[in-house]
Amino acid sequence: MDLRLDERGEAILRRAKEQRAALAPRAAAFEAAEEVPADVFHELGAAGLMAVGVPEDLGGSGAGTVAYSLAMTEIASACASTAVTMAVTNMVGEVIAAFGSDEQRRAYCPRLAAGELGAFALSEVGAGSDPGGMTTAAIQDGDDWVLTGSKQWISHGDSAAVLVVWARTDGPGSRGLSCFLVPGDAENLRVVKREDKMGLRASHTVALALDGVRVPSSALLGSRGGGFRIAMMALDGGRIGIASQALGIARAAERAAVEHLRALPSPEGAALERLADVRTRLDAARLLTLRAAWLKERGERFTREASIAKAFTTEAAWASCNDVVEILGEEALEEGHRVDRAFRDVRVTMIYEGTSEVQRIVIGRAVLGA
Amino acid sequence: MDFRLTDEQQLIQKTARDFATQEVLPKARELDETGRWPASLVARMGELGFLGIAVPEELGGGGADYLSYALAMIEISKACASTGVIMSVNNSLVCDPLLKFGSDAQKQEFLVPLASGAKLGCFGLTEPSSGSDASNMQTTAVRDGDEWVINGSKNWITNGPHADLIVVFCNTDRTKGAKGTTAFIVPKGTPGFEPQEPDHKMGIHAAHSCTIFFNDCRVPDAYRLGEEGMGFKIAMNTLDGGRIGIAAQALGIAEAAYEKAVAYAHERKAFGAPIAKLQAIQFKVADMAMQLDAARLLIYRAALLKERARTEPSLRHSQQSATAKLYASEMATRVTHQALQIFGGYGYSKEYDLERHYRDARITEIYEGTSEIMRLVIAAGALKGGA
Repeated sequence: MDLRLDERGEAILRRAKEQRAALAPRAAAFEAAEEVPADVFHELGAAGLMAVGVPEDLGGSGAGTVAYSLAMTEIASACASTAVTMAVTNMVGEVIAAFGSDEQRRAYCPRLAAGELGAFALSEVGAGSDPGGMTTAAIQDGDDWVLTGSKQWISHGDSAAVLVVWARTDGPGSRGLSCFLVPGDAENLRVVKREDKMGLRASHTVALALDGVRVPSSALLGSRGGGFRIAMMALDGGRIGIASQALGIARAAERAAVEHLRALPSPEGAALERLADVRTRLDAARLLTLRAAWLKERGERFTREASIAKAFTTEAAWASCNDVVEILGEEALEEGHRVDRAFRDVRVTMIYEGTSEVQRIVIGRAVLGA
Repeated sequence: MDFRLTDEQQLIQKTARDFATQEVLPKARELDETGRWPASLVARMGELGFLGIAVPEELGGGGADYLSYALAMIEISKACASTGVIMSVNNSLVCDPLLKFGSDAQKQEFLVPLASGAKLGCFGLTEPSSGSDASNMQTTAVRDGDEWVINGSKNWITNGPHADLIVVFCNTDRTKGAKGTTAFIVPKGTPGFEPQEPDHKMGIHAAHSCTIFFNDCRVPDAYRLGEEGMGFKIAMNTLDGGRIGIAAQALGIAEAAYEKAVAYAHERKAFGAPIAKLQAIQFKVADMAMQLDAARLLIYRAALLKERARTEPSLRHSQQSATAKLYASEMATRVTHQALQIFGGYGYSKEYDLERHYRDARITEIYEGTSEIMRLVIAAGALKGGA
């Protein structure tokens, strides 16, 4: 056992830290403008962070999930909105690299690696962690597929170059689902609504309507009826990304607490106790997240470990942000304060890509087989 | 990065698991009930090389790494937390400082028999009115020619009633506070070395601890461990290692309770089905599983760092050890509590082991530095900017 990074991982981490330093001073302005400018993602792309796990011949960094997780944490500690976009785009690139045809891989992976955005259109009003309940339909029409339905909670669904859209091709249940690659500018794909959220305000979350979106048969990603498998891979991998994101948000809050306490002549014992709890929880969270990432990287089963990493880390991160608010006092909750932003941003990590409850169901089943 | 255990680590883990399940577990309940000292198990641990696992072979030890030590501690504590702490004290609190700070002569005379299991040691830092606050130490050692004369008392000394020697910390210069502390090795039988009756405790009944009086107890200067004034540093350095052992003990206790609760959840029926089908039970189990994994990784991290520090002495692991101990010990309290809860009334009954695990877990939040002291260490490290 060895917790040290290899050289490639160190290189990615170094570049992520540079990007973090550049991003951190801009994050408050992104939030105020409710937008992360496109140049940010081109910069991240140039640094090799938008397609960390995508093979090099497709424009990616060809690194593993461990490096990806560490990079995510760094970027999230500067700007969680940027990080979620980076996470989703990385996963879209990975999914296309894993399931796509040569043509699809060559068409999209290099663009995503360079900083164009990829989105997942999975959730619907009545289908979240349980994609079996999905109703968006894809009907074959000659050589085309025509997609009709609506999607909910789609991160940067209004600014993606490509969306991975799940739709029902073959009857009820999870076996009837297939995946399609839909260009962001496809005709009859409409943004119905942009959500007004508590946090991640610079990341656009939208509801989409597909009013007969026509795509060629070459847009089918993976096999017909294979959509559920892709969803599970995206979600399992996504959980590691969100755990890494939550960890980064909380590390930023922790840094604020450390700086605050360092400036005091004699910090209160109660504040130090909270800081120790923050450090302990986050250290444990980091190890759990890296373990899941390492398992995924090696191609081993990691469903249970990813769920543990996600539930533990997001809850630890939330509790830590809360502790930091207590340490700093009310100034922490003033508008524009980085801890205020962290506290609002972190909350959703316990919800998206599978709530804490869903993670516990996964873990409980893995242990009890019940 | 690699999360796998090496073949050697797995072998030691398996040896410890086999010993724990075949030899320790069948006696654990009786040891708890009677409070009998497990002399034969201590002897067996010596034979298996578990009393000086991380001491090099040429000094009588097992020649393994500190992670192997933690793995063995987890397995043995899972069967019997008392046996676990007896082992932990000899390894972490006695062999380790002798290995690190002992002279060659001291290593030959004391470390070789301790590491090979021929002798058992104990560690005397705590006093009736000073525990983690070592600068308030009342036990004194005064130089008299080539000897030192020790007076005072130490308490809560685990292994004290049975130990063949003690590493004891004394004040040798009152004007210097913590820097006036010096460590000595005092063999059993030295006149004035007087262990008292075993303490009565809530848990770990078979791990005897006691107060030890020192009445004009004379030792040669050759039994001074490290330099004069170095005692506090030796004590803190030693506890950095000891805390990994206690964290491992806590994890072992918690895992024992958890595994029993998981098995019971399949057997016990309520409303016509095993309670394992109830979401309330599934969520409890999921919470426990997460916390056990978190503790295990924190322990591994600290043990790996301690191992690396053997060859890179500038590497510190105080904070990582404290994190592991704080998390694992508080986790053990929570997990044994929840596991007992799953058993309901049977958990409260002596008929099952849950109440034993619950009682045994509690001390891990106290000895070798309370949770409050761990938080001080961790916060100080965080403010200093340590990883």
